[in-house]
Amino acid sequence: MALINLSKREIHCKIVYYGPGRCGKTTNLLYIYNAMNSRARSKMLTIETKGDRTLFFDLLPLNLGKINGFDVRIQLYTVPGQTTYKATRKLVLKGVDGLVFVADYLKVRHEKNIESLQDLHRNLLEHNLTLEEIPIILQFNKYDLVSTPIPTLTKEELETNLNRELKTKIFEAAATKGTGVFETLKEISKRTIHYVATKHLLTGH
Amino acid sequence: MADLVLTTSVLEETKTQIENTLIKAGVNTVLLIDEAGNVVTVCGDKTCNLDTTSLAALAAANFGATSQIAKLIGEDDFLLLFHKGKKDSIHFARINTDLILVTIFGDNVSLGLLRLRVAQLVKTIEKAFGHK
Ligand SMILES: Nc1nc2c(ncn2[C@@H]2O[C@H](COP(=O)(O)OP(=O)(O)OP(=O)(O)O)[C@@H](O)[C@H]2O)c(=O)[nH]1
Ligand SMILES: [Mg+2]
Repeated sequence: MALINLSKREIHCKIVYYGPGRCGKTTNLLYIYNAMNSRARSKMLTIETKGDRTLFFDLLPLNLGKINGFDVRIQLYTVPGQTTYKATRKLVLKGVDGLVFVADYLKVRHEKNIESLQDLHRNLLEHNLTLEEIPIILQFNKYDLVSTPIPTLTKEELETNLNRELKTKIFEAAATKGTGVFETLKEISKRTIHYVATKHLLTGH
Repeated sequence: MADLVLTTSVLEETKTQIENTLIKAGVNTVLLIDEAGNVVTVCGDKTCNLDTTSLAALAAANFGATSQIAKLIGEDDFLLLFHKGKKDSIHFARINTDLILVTIFGDNVSLGLLRLRVAQLVKTIEKAFGHK
């Protein structure tokens, strides 16, 4: 749910990075955090288990500046990708306005990618939401591994498995190096703001 | 879950009510947040050092998690959501279906008084938001 404050002329939206465990969701946010000017972003909040696995969520608040006279604030969240944290993922999805589904190029993650997208569908339904409504884009991450001996999937395989129904925009990324990270962020921000704005501001308020 | 559109009049009215009912009773800080973790408004004197964005996100998540725990043990929801610290304590209350009132107070305020005041306030804020 977006929050639109007509008094301060602010719009707050929530964008969630979803995807299987270890696909690189937290890495996306960390790259954005490190690359952005401190005026445009606040502190990053992360709740980790021992090591670097996300336990609850990461949060990175961004200030995207003025759009149509409104100050646009975006909260980027990641979910914990590990299968056991289903209930937690559902909580983080509460009030989502836009989604990035991060898939893993690693061949061994083939099943996990598909399972995670199905899990997203189910969790959204439990909030009475569907992907026809909420903007979503795909990010195929760890593209840098394609040129190494490590077995990876092909773009076509990923597309067939994940984008057959969604038919949405795809970004290839190497989040550790930052490749594709801002392209992904820009596109989902644009779509999310458009989605929220057409729902409200352009229809009478 | 519908988006929340806040008008100046609803916000001002809500702030005044929070000031009168809680801040004047000695409460340090009051945060009104939505279930997605957005800050609707913040009241109190000592808020400049407080990371309200993180607090709102965590409070919403904590609130959601606690509701789920209640359901798992067969309760609709817990009636009292409260953490007691050495100096400061924090109290959570649901307003309507998608707002949460977070109150931070010291040992100068009794929990009994606080619960009474919060209960009053919840009713007035529900009204204010109902009339928007
Ligand atoms: N080679 C390569 N490794 C990556 C890339 N992105 C992330 N990683 C690595 O993958 C591992 C997992 O990344 P995280 O960002 O913690 O994964 P996550 O999706 O947040 O995982 P969970 O919190 O368990 O859901 C880390 O060791 C990263 O350094 C990438 O683009 N290329
Ligand atoms: Mg993570």
